[in-house]
Amino acid sequence: MIPFPVQRILAQVARCRWRLALLCVVAGLTALRPVVVRAELANPAIKELASEEFEQRAAAIERLVATAEPRVALILKALIDGDLLASAEGFVYLNEGGQLVDAATGAAVPKPAAEPEVILANNALRQQAESALAALRLFAPDPEVRRAAVREFISQIAQVDAAMLPMLDRAMAAERDPEVRDALRIVQAVAAAGSPQAERRLEAVRVLGSTQLPAIRTLLAKMAGEGGDEDRRIRGAAAASLALVETRLSRGEWLGRIFAGLSLGSILMLAAIGLAITYGLLGVINMAHGEMIMIGAYATWGVQSAFRAWAPQTFDWYPLVALPAAFLAAGLLGVLLERGVIRHLYGRPLETLLATWGISLALIQAVRTLVGPQNVEIQNPTWLSGAVSIAGATLPWNRIVIIGFSLAVLLLIALLLSRTRLGLFVRGVTQNRAMASAIGVPIDRVDLLAFGLGSGVAGLAGVALSQIGNVGPDLGQSFVIDSFMVVVLGGVGQLAGTVFAGFGLGLASKFLEPSVGAVIAKILILVGIIAFIQKRPQGLFALRGRALES
Amino acid sequence: MDDALVSERPLFGRAQWLALAGLVFFAGIVVPLAHVFLPESAALRPSSYFVTLAGKFACYAMLAVAMDLIWGYAGILSLGQSLWFALGGYAFGMYLMRGIGREGQYQSELPDFMVFLNWKTLPWHWWNTDSFGWALLLVVLLPAAVAFVFGWFAFRSRIRGVYFSIITQALTYAAMLLFFRNETGFGGNNGFTDFKTLLGFRITDPAVRASLLAMTVAALACVFVGARWLVQTRFGRVLQAIRDAEGRVRFCGYDTLRYKLLIWTLAAVISGIAGALYVPQVGIINPGEMSPANSIEIAVWTAVGGRATLIGPILGAWIVNGAKSWFTMAFPEYWLFFLGALFVAVTLYLPAGIVGLWRGRAKS
Repeated sequence: MIPFPVQRILAQVARCRWRLALLCVVAGLTALRPVVVRAELANPAIKELASEEFEQRAAAIERLVATAEPRVALILKALIDGDLLASAEGFVYLNEGGQLVDAATGAAVPKPAAEPEVILANNALRQQAESALAALRLFAPDPEVRRAAVREFISQIAQVDAAMLPMLDRAMAAERDPEVRDALRIVQAVAAAGSPQAERRLEAVRVLGSTQLPAIRTLLAKMAGEGGDEDRRIRGAAAASLALVETRLSRGEWLGRIFAGLSLGSILMLAAIGLAITYGLLGVINMAHGEMIMIGAYATWGVQSAFRAWAPQTFDWYPLVALPAAFLAAGLLGVLLERGVIRHLYGRPLETLLATWGISLALIQAVRTLVGPQNVEIQNPTWLSGAVSIAGATLPWNRIVIIGFSLAVLLLIALLLSRTRLGLFVRGVTQNRAMASAIGVPIDRVDLLAFGLGSGVAGLAGVALSQIGNVGPDLGQSFVIDSFMVVVLGGVGQLAGTVFAGFGLGLASKFLEPSVGAVIAKILILVGIIAFIQKRPQGLFALRGRALES
Repeated sequence: MDDALVSERPLFGRAQWLALAGLVFFAGIVVPLAHVFLPESAALRPSSYFVTLAGKFACYAMLAVAMDLIWGYAGILSLGQSLWFALGGYAFGMYLMRGIGREGQYQSELPDFMVFLNWKTLPWHWWNTDSFGWALLLVVLLPAAVAFVFGWFAFRSRIRGVYFSIITQALTYAAMLLFFRNETGFGGNNGFTDFKTLLGFRITDPAVRASLLAMTVAALACVFVGARWLVQTRFGRVLQAIRDAEGRVRFCGYDTLRYKLLIWTLAAVISGIAGALYVPQVGIINPGEMSPANSIEIAVWTAVGGRATLIGPILGAWIVNGAKSWFTMAFPEYWLFFLGALFVAVTLYLPAGIVGLWRGRAKS
């Protein structure tokens, strides 16, 4: 009897975590089926690993994996690392930190007379070995490891073929975890779809009807079509399953598009609310509005960096601090802008446009000089990472939260405008500036506060954007045009217009993009807006006024 | 003649005519001739860099005059001038690309970028672009047609003021994205470059360069004098009335749409011609020329010089571009700060621009 060199393997594998995981596989399988450990791994498959032809080596890996023996993982790992050696006589050794062991048994062997040579793996072989390793992880004792392994199979389902079927069958037979079983059943069915037994194929095709992966659609379409499966029954079943999968897939696609549209719409709305308020109130366009968004995003970055440096244990909650910080930073900047520049240009909206554009240039350059021209990296807190899967569409958490957040901001602003004294003044000045002033509304203060509020909300939009995209000095540039399109479409003076226009534009672009591409979609939307204002020059929702120049 | 009151004033005083003729003579005849006929070693020979620069600045000046016509005199701040400029440039650039013939990298009849994209034939919009006459026609008609259609829809629904500005900016931005795509057939990112011949002459020939400068100066002089004439006609007077109180003009029975549409299209055509003259001199046109930032810079030249003065915007274009050349060489970091400050300072403290400042001095 050859002693199992546990000690040596332990010493070897403890060097890296990966090997520890492998050890788990080895140990687990050893515990389950102790008899197999020293079974005939000295089979020809190992010798064939040393063969001259890459094809033969690939075949050898397949056969090794099909045995599902515990040592196979070690051998494959050694092959990938270049630690698998072969002597001239065709004996295969593992190099364990300089000590040669028999690849089949793990027993230490004396140095052979002729120096053994490393078995080289080309790219294809290495890939094969790596996916084989993933297959072996299906036998890990830890259900978490097995779940991860089966998820990996699902994500690369197109690579699964009938050769893996014995291994998958064995994994299925041993599996108790319901979650892994469910996923494994699909992988098994994909492999079984290529099985030579008609019964298994039929069963597999039926199981596949419950899935919704594009790769499975392709597989089923191939089986159902002309020249597909030889068995007519199976062709019929495949066609039926295909119909099911396609329905589910297209439903998922639609859901995905609607979600993407809502997500874009919520950002557009958030970016446009501030612009709509100030444009309605003052009749001027703040071209630096986009830069307020950028400042908000950079404030988020600052808060995030501070948390990482000084309070890493509460890092997850940095957005709660970033929100007020971004609001204040952008809002204060807005107040300064109003006091310093815009106030002096009242009644000259075109000049205001130019002046604020100049300010936006200076702000961009200031950020480039102070922080650097590259994008900064913002890490999502854990509760904003990940995604939920609903009916085949993957909905990232950060986008879901942002939709909710934008609605909350909308609600707050609606309350502010309808329930507070400031809101009353803002509405009054928007309707008729001269009259409001005449009856004693402090229009100076109203302008200032409304401008600060609009800029602050843009800062909040920056916090939201920082969670889903790149943050760089040019972040705000494209937003002025897009958010002003929302204002043009929605009309000024009414929040409802901004909301409908924001979500409408978001949905429209996400539904146009897949068929015509992003650029053409943008152009079509612009043309659509110009056509729309032929009918309704005031936008969707307009305040009725009697002034000539409105 | 009901125009009698308006056209009584001469276009320019005698001294102004003389100054103008002198400038045109110098920049359009003396400099080009000196560039061609003086020997390379002569100290007074204008270098090819200088000649190209002068041509470039004359193109910018034409752009500024066009901007002044619509913004200064009609009160329409267009942020789409760079689009017309680039359309004219691309229209003429197509002709120049065909002029490369088989001298390109791939020695194909097709422009290099099409070979690179593996296209086998010219796309439909390149039809007849090897004809010089067609190229000239396109330079005028393309910006005119796009501007006319867009303007008709925009003015008809009475889009004015900042609304109009932003929509022109959106149009320019969308067009820039379109031209950035390879599929559009205008060379994508890289645009057109590496021109070899113009009407059969080598484009690097000093005589070609000098003639281009002479033509640009002549075109600028024509545009300037023509604009001066136009704003003094009855048409120009109505335009200024529209700028100051459009509602009242409409109530007086004028169809303001026609006036605005005509000046808007004319400004687009002038910008297109400027673009067509710009491309062979500078040797490249790419979608970056259409960027919204460029359009806004044109507005700032106009504001710096002084709106509704015609001469002011020309000076503004030269001053700002001179400052830009100097800044981007001396301290590139601070150019945007300077430009931003210029936007703010001019709108806050110099509403009438440099010319206004000078006139104010002259009066007091």
